[in-house]
Amino acid sequence: MPYKEYNGRKVEVDDEGYLVNLNDWDEELAKAIAKEEGIEELTDRHWDVIRFMRKEYEEKGTAPSIRRLKNAGGVPVKELYQLFPGGPAKKAAKIAGLPKPHGCV
Amino acid sequence: MAQEEKIKKVSIIISKGSLEGVYPGLIMANGARMEGIEANLFFTFFGLDAIVKKRMKKLKVATVGNPAMHIPSIIGILPGMSALATWMMKREMEKLDIPPVDEFIEMIHDAGAKIYACKATVDMFHLKPEDFCEQVDGILTVGEFYEMSAGAQIIFT
Repeated sequence: MPYKEYNGRKVEVDDEGYLVNLNDWDEELAKAIAKEEGIEELTDRHWDVIRFMRKEYEEKGTAPSIRRLKNAGGVPVKELYQLFPGGPAKKAAKIAGLPKPHGCV
Repeated sequence: MAQEEKIKKVSIIISKGSLEGVYPGLIMANGARMEGIEANLFFTFFGLDAIVKKRMKKLKVATVGNPAMHIPSIIGILPGMSALATWMMKREMEKLDIPPVDEFIEMIHDAGAKIYACKATVDMFHLKPEDFCEQVDGILTVGEFYEMSAGAQIIFT
């Protein structure tokens, strides 16, 4: 498995840069991954999404769909696309330190 | 070898009005936006039912003339068969978090896709702008659709 260095710390990632170990993740790491994904600053709303995704993943073993983020997470679809431009489900999962989502919706 | 260029834009035509005729196009449109791909949807002929306010919540699975249903067509014509098949399909889709048509259209539109109705069909069915759901961005001629699709992959469903 490849490694990536964030904030001087080496973490294991998959071929597409998603963290391999859920426990490697912390908020500083999230900020560094976000920068790499073109999000300069994580706002409170970004954190709402990230925390909801991690909570869902821990409870269910899969990252929530965009629909679930909307209906259960309280983040409207429009806002989600504004917060994570160019692919909210994948980008938010990456920043949240979760595996790449595999659902079609 | 030169790297294949990524798809940047798609135009998806939805021409059928059965539940199983509408969903593939919607899933592809939503999936495109999830990948950061620009998407335009063009509803034509019976596909228009998916964006007509009064009809979009009532689309049904066609149980006749579809060998993949694995029931003889003669059974498919029985009253209630289409409703049953529709209920079963909706139940399975709900499990996969695939939304009902009206919610899906709203999600796709909120995701930044544009939704258009085909002018020829609108005229043929005598529909008015107020018959459509609020997400419809306009009524286009075929020529306008092609113009808007410049640089896009066109997907016909």
